[in-house]
Amino acid sequence: MTVTTPPIVATEPSPPAAFWRTQGFPLVPVLILLTIALVAVFADVLAPYDPQIGSLALRYRPPAWQEGGSMAHLLGTDHVGRDVLSRLIFGARVSMIVGITAVLFAGSVGTVLGIVSGYLGGWADQVVMRVTDAWLALPALTFAIFLAAIVGPSELNIIFILGLVYWTRYARVIRGEVLSLKQREFVRLAIVAGCSKRVIMWRHILPNVINSAVVLGTLMLGVVIVTEAALSFLGVGVPPPKPAWGLMMADGKQGLMVGHWWLTVLPGICIMLMVLSANLLGDWLRVKLDPQLRQL
Amino acid sequence: MKNYILRRVGYSLLSLFLLSLTIFLFVRVTGDPTSLLLEPGASPEDIENLRRQFGLDQPLWVQYWRFIESFVTGDLGLSFYYRTPVLDLYFERLPNSLLLAAVAMALSLLIGIPSGVLAAVRVGGFWDNAGKIFTLLGLSLPSFFIGLVLILFFTVYLGWLPSSGSGTAWHLIMPAVTLGWYFAAAHMRLTRSSMLEVLGSEYVKLARLKGLPEALVIGKHAFKNALIPVITLAGINLVVMINVAVVVETVFAWPGIGRLLYEGISFRDFPVVQAVVVIGGCMIILVNLLVDILYALIDPRIRLES
Repeated sequence: MTVTTPPIVATEPSPPAAFWRTQGFPLVPVLILLTIALVAVFADVLAPYDPQIGSLALRYRPPAWQEGGSMAHLLGTDHVGRDVLSRLIFGARVSMIVGITAVLFAGSVGTVLGIVSGYLGGWADQVVMRVTDAWLALPALTFAIFLAAIVGPSELNIIFILGLVYWTRYARVIRGEVLSLKQREFVRLAIVAGCSKRVIMWRHILPNVINSAVVLGTLMLGVVIVTEAALSFLGVGVPPPKPAWGLMMADGKQGLMVGHWWLTVLPGICIMLMVLSANLLGDWLRVKLDPQLRQL
Repeated sequence: MKNYILRRVGYSLLSLFLLSLTIFLFVRVTGDPTSLLLEPGASPEDIENLRRQFGLDQPLWVQYWRFIESFVTGDLGLSFYYRTPVLDLYFERLPNSLLLAAVAMALSLLIGIPSGVLAAVRVGGFWDNAGKIFTLLGLSLPSFFIGLVLILFFTVYLGWLPSSGSGTAWHLIMPAVTLGWYFAAAHMRLTRSSMLEVLGSEYVKLARLKGLPEALVIGKHAFKNALIPVITLAGINLVVMINVAVVVETVFAWPGIGRLLYEGISFRDFPVVQAVVVIGGCMIILVNLLVDILYALIDPRIRLES
């Protein structure tokens, strides 16, 4: 079975147990991501209040430890009296759903097109790569804003938009890998053995680029979440009154000038923690799974 | 050489074509463009007039041709909100964006280059690790978060800087720091890796063998050469900065291109949104082309390679 041995591993392949014992495992980032994921799943149970309904009588209550705060609203309330903690908890769900689906969408489109483009070459390659070049000329956020302005804001549209904007990054990296894999013995042997192009791409190339796709996906998660937050912040992302972190920050901007810091700082910290964690995990995975991507 | 430049120009034109085609198709395919091109609440006669005026009853390729034609002749349509040609609005805002981008770029280079050199000279040392944390934060923190935190500290708590608007140098500080932050991280990373590459080269080894003082080796021999890719990236990034400042300009109400884009979204002013996106794409394709040609002029290996 030497034919399907992943050729990427240059050093001694480590047994699975050693994989987790390696130094520098980003324990804290993984715990943070897991916590956010769990909070997202159990948002209904965890949130003390309905995140979309507030009472104007209770607006701008500060967090419990500040003067004027109460234990009823641990992290205070916003400009229409909604509980900030509950909104942050449900915001985790929005970020997780949008982030993960958008990355999966962009990742699968980009990986498939990258493989097809790299392996088949010729006009398919030309078409995919020229489109990639042209689309990469637009800054991601600008492109996303443009698309959002056309299709209008909704959670599903955001996923679709982020997928459309980011698949090009996958396509380019994966194509590069396929170009070098194509020259390797196991692919040539597969051709000699009479495998069809589809079988080679699906059974021989894909398993060898999946590592890169996973690494790229983890790194992309951070980028996608920041873009989603920026779109929501600008009013073309997740529509109100849904509790998205970026949207909470945009709403909190009104109260900022009179010192209602918790409305912007708390969701900002949530975004930061999630993005940092995803990036740290992605960096570690990159070194661990895919030495070829190290200098990316 | 001539062939190389011709081919690069050809690729750029192709990119422009594909970009315009993408934008054209997205607008047409995702629904009735009249709903985007006409103010909400327009009467049925207006819609019918517009359909005829824009030739929406014509086949797609004719429509595309008209779309391109109007762009090439500089007719980007009228803004719904301001009732003036979009291009006038754009050029009115452009100087502000250029100013912000230039200051942010200067800041990012002032931070990025020295810290990158320090990190490369002492790999694994304190500065290298501090730099790693800095780049990680720079690349992970959303710019609107940095912007809002800066406002909270320097405007609300300390009362030192104005939170929004333009006019004085004080207004420029926070937007420039917010915009420059991300790019400082990118410039630092590139300076570090470029410096490391140069420090490992033969001529640096020779300079050291000659017994030159370390400061001279790093400052004169290595640094100058390591700077070339950084300056190239900075040139491209200057154009990128003009086009990605939308969030920063929104936070600080800075009247540049990004703010124009934001107003375009909030007022549902589609011609403005489209113009900002298309011009931004053209600018970036053009600057990439210029960089490629300059590189080919400087370095014969590039033009002979392909």
